[in-house]
Amino acid sequence: MTKTDAFISIQNVSKFFGTFRAIDDISMDIGRGEFFSLLGPSGCGKTTLLRMLAGFESTTAGEIFIDNQPTSDVPPHHRPVNMVFQNYAIFPHLNVRDNITYGLRKQKLSRSKRYEMAEEMLEMIKLPDYGTRKATELSGGQRQRIALARALILRPKVLLLDEPLGALDKQLREQMQLELRALQRQIGITFVFVTHDQEEALTLSDRIAVMSGGKVLQVDTPTGLYETPKTSVVARFIGNMNFFDGTVRRNGAAAAAIETEGLGTIQVPVADLDKPDGAAVQVALRPEKIALSATRPDAAEHAVSARLDTSAYLGERSHFYVNLEGRDEPVAVSQPNTSRFNAANQAPSGTEVWLSWSSDAIVVLDPE
Amino acid sequence: MADTSLQHRDGEAAAPLRRPSRVSALLHRSEALRGYLLMSPTLLIMILGIVAPFVILLAMSTWTRQGFDFDTTFTLANYERTWNEPIFGALLSRSFWVSGVATVATVLLCYPMAYYVAFHVHHRKMMWLILMTLPFWTSYLLRVFAWKVILGYEGVINSGLMTLGWIDKPLEFLLYSKTAVIITLAHAWAAFAILPLYVSLEKIDKSLIEAATDLGDGPVARFLRITLPLSMPGIIAATFLIFIPTTGDYITPALLGGPDGAMIGNFIQLQFGAVNNWPMGATLAIVLMLWIAAIAAVFLFVTRKAQEKIA
Amino acid sequence: MRGQGKPMEGTYIKRRNRPLQVYAVLFLIVLYVPVLFIPLFSFNDSLYVRFPMQGMTLKWYHELWLREPLWNAMWNSVRVGAAVSVISTILGMVAARAITRYRMPGRSALVTFIMMPLVIPGIIFGVALLVLMSRMGVPLSLYTVGLGHLIVCMPFAVATLLPRFEGFDPSMEEASADLGENGWWTFWRVTFPMVFPGVVASLLLSFTISFDEFIMAFFLTGTDPTLPMYIWGQLRFPKEFPSVLALSALILLVSFVLVFIAQWVGRKGLENEN
Repeated sequence: MTKTDAFISIQNVSKFFGTFRAIDDISMDIGRGEFFSLLGPSGCGKTTLLRMLAGFESTTAGEIFIDNQPTSDVPPHHRPVNMVFQNYAIFPHLNVRDNITYGLRKQKLSRSKRYEMAEEMLEMIKLPDYGTRKATELSGGQRQRIALARALILRPKVLLLDEPLGALDKQLREQMQLELRALQRQIGITFVFVTHDQEEALTLSDRIAVMSGGKVLQVDTPTGLYETPKTSVVARFIGNMNFFDGTVRRNGAAAAAIETEGLGTIQVPVADLDKPDGAAVQVALRPEKIALSATRPDAAEHAVSARLDTSAYLGERSHFYVNLEGRDEPVAVSQPNTSRFNAANQAPSGTEVWLSWSSDAIVVLDPE
Repeated sequence: MADTSLQHRDGEAAAPLRRPSRVSALLHRSEALRGYLLMSPTLLIMILGIVAPFVILLAMSTWTRQGFDFDTTFTLANYERTWNEPIFGALLSRSFWVSGVATVATVLLCYPMAYYVAFHVHHRKMMWLILMTLPFWTSYLLRVFAWKVILGYEGVINSGLMTLGWIDKPLEFLLYSKTAVIITLAHAWAAFAILPLYVSLEKIDKSLIEAATDLGDGPVARFLRITLPLSMPGIIAATFLIFIPTTGDYITPALLGGPDGAMIGNFIQLQFGAVNNWPMGATLAIVLMLWIAAIAAVFLFVTRKAQEKIA
Repeated sequence: MRGQGKPMEGTYIKRRNRPLQVYAVLFLIVLYVPVLFIPLFSFNDSLYVRFPMQGMTLKWYHELWLREPLWNAMWNSVRVGAAVSVISTILGMVAARAITRYRMPGRSALVTFIMMPLVIPGIIFGVALLVLMSRMGVPLSLYTVGLGHLIVCMPFAVATLLPRFEGFDPSMEEASADLGENGWWTFWRVTFPMVFPGVVASLLLSFTISFDEFIMAFFLTGTDPTLPMYIWGQLRFPKEFPSVLALSALILLVSFVLVFIAQWVGRKGLENEN
């Protein structure tokens, strides 16, 4: 066990429930003041990991350091972290103010001081004069804010948030995302945020850990995850992705190409490709990085012809599914509707179209 | 300003986290250990009140009485007696017969009631449930006593009927008979049947019954094919909850049974009272338990087979 | 009941069923009437319980006031009932909390074990405890009666409290721990207020069961009788019959009120949460 500069350091942590590995040998660091998200499908272990940070689950192996202190034997009530629960866990028998000041008991403050602090927090979460409301009379968004205030009033070193926006409707959720992000910048403490919503994670986070099956697949910034995914699972989980099976063909030291199913042979800079000749790879191409045109674009680095299968009009953009020669699965193409009358939206199935893309749009991955 | 007061406590960061003792660290890590520790006082009392007495009861059943003391040499003579002397067999079979009839009657009478509250009461359901179970919580002795008042030789029924001129002399079969015991038991244990029946009926997803109707079942068919099988756990629970305690009852037979209505419970009580043969009483208690266990096992087996056949 | 007049109440399955409704009302009448004869005849101005009644009197109630042994027995029952209800509720809370909150192997076996007194004839418990006490040389007293009642009350206390503990979200307790409270303070500030209606129900039910319990008391009472034991003794004397009726009527009244409150408080909160 070594000490590191990281604010939270998770070192070789595992958690078994019986023989089930909920967390499988995870190591990663979270920096001071970071907005860090744990992203993954349900059952991937993200909530378990968060609960281990809070102290509600013990580690089967490994150690978690918070601010260079080992935490394995520290019970939840002695940890310098606070949590916003998925269902907010607002105490139903207490009013709003008593909920917010719940954790202040041990600080032995005068009643007026406590009330003043509660009022300050209510001010911050934009719910002034709610102090004497009953907890049972609150809406979902209000509960969420109060859960936040209740945790932040204790000035934790780390705030843990377990899918805190999951129960809210779409509009409120987007508004709360902005507020949450602004709040985190303002107070500057570390947030560890659990979500299964990739868009939410991309919107909010400084860095994201993508988890699956109890393992961390990749830790990166939002752009890093989206533009340079390290594995096809990550590429698939964040955004949409077209995958093409391919084989590496090396022509000496200077140039390399990938023979793909459907896209033909693609030239790649050698620096990007550390695979031997004949290696199987996957070529990944995002739908919005493919241009769709009626004729072959002159300047395109890569272009293939295809036939339109189906299309879906989504307002701001349209999705097209096109069939390529030598490939069963249709390719998804996403085009913004920059003009009001986009001819492609009216094109019938079977129309010949051209797909084009630039070299840097391509990501080469190991096959699954 | 809120934003300055909410900065994390950097100044205190150097202070180490409070390290707990070894014991509390162990407890923090093992949930099961915490659970057992928390349960231990309750378990201790229950072991003292259930397991220990049964061990001693079992031991005593192999002893023999000697004056006011016991001969503690091991013998199965008491068990042989219960097997060989017809009086014990007769008492046991009468007990099982009486509580069996009472159990069947109670479950049959309570089922429609539970069904009504589960399916047809929409308002004040709680009120109905409380009303149905309230009498159960009052003194068992007094409820039995009430039936003595009603069924007595000059009780409510007889004197009422005579006042009305419908009969000339009291009906004797009412008091001091098996019938009186069965009526009283069925009445006294009704609430015990209603609760499990109600719970199992209430749990049935109403859309299942709608689906059966949609698929062409009439009221009778859908009751037999959906409601009844799904409420089987409640029926089984109700049967056990009434049959088992009533077989050992001795208050009701003592107050209402007369010589013809005495049950095994009265005999056990006699062994510990007037007859003063505790080892024999212990043996009878053990034999009663064994028989109950055997009957329960057979009952479970039969209902399971029957359910398999229906399914 | 009132809503049943509306024609479109409920669905096809739940539509009104007149015969069943009549049956239900008859059922309740049959359930209550036998018990109601006790208070009825306790006002009867005659030594004999029979129709026609001889006229109203309160003399049997008045007579109860003058009986020293009755008041002793009553006091014994109250003491035992109070102790049993408090202890069984505390033990029930501890058990319910452990059962609902911790992943422990053998949990369902433990619940079955605690519920066992429900399905074992009372007489067997009575004689088994009697044998144990006599072998251990413990003289029979109100303490032995209390132990017997404790065993009888435990399943009811646990059954009353379990839904309460199951009914509230475990993240409430976790939130409290997260906000810095240890187990003890979490219990007093979160758990206890939230299960409080269940605690009240358990206290009242346990008290009533103990107060009315006869079978255990029959085997385990020493020289101080409980109230049901006193009544049992009086049943042998026909001339005491009317006073027993009066006493029984009072006990029934108190039991009904206590249990009604217990059930009301106990169930009410549960329905609110749903």
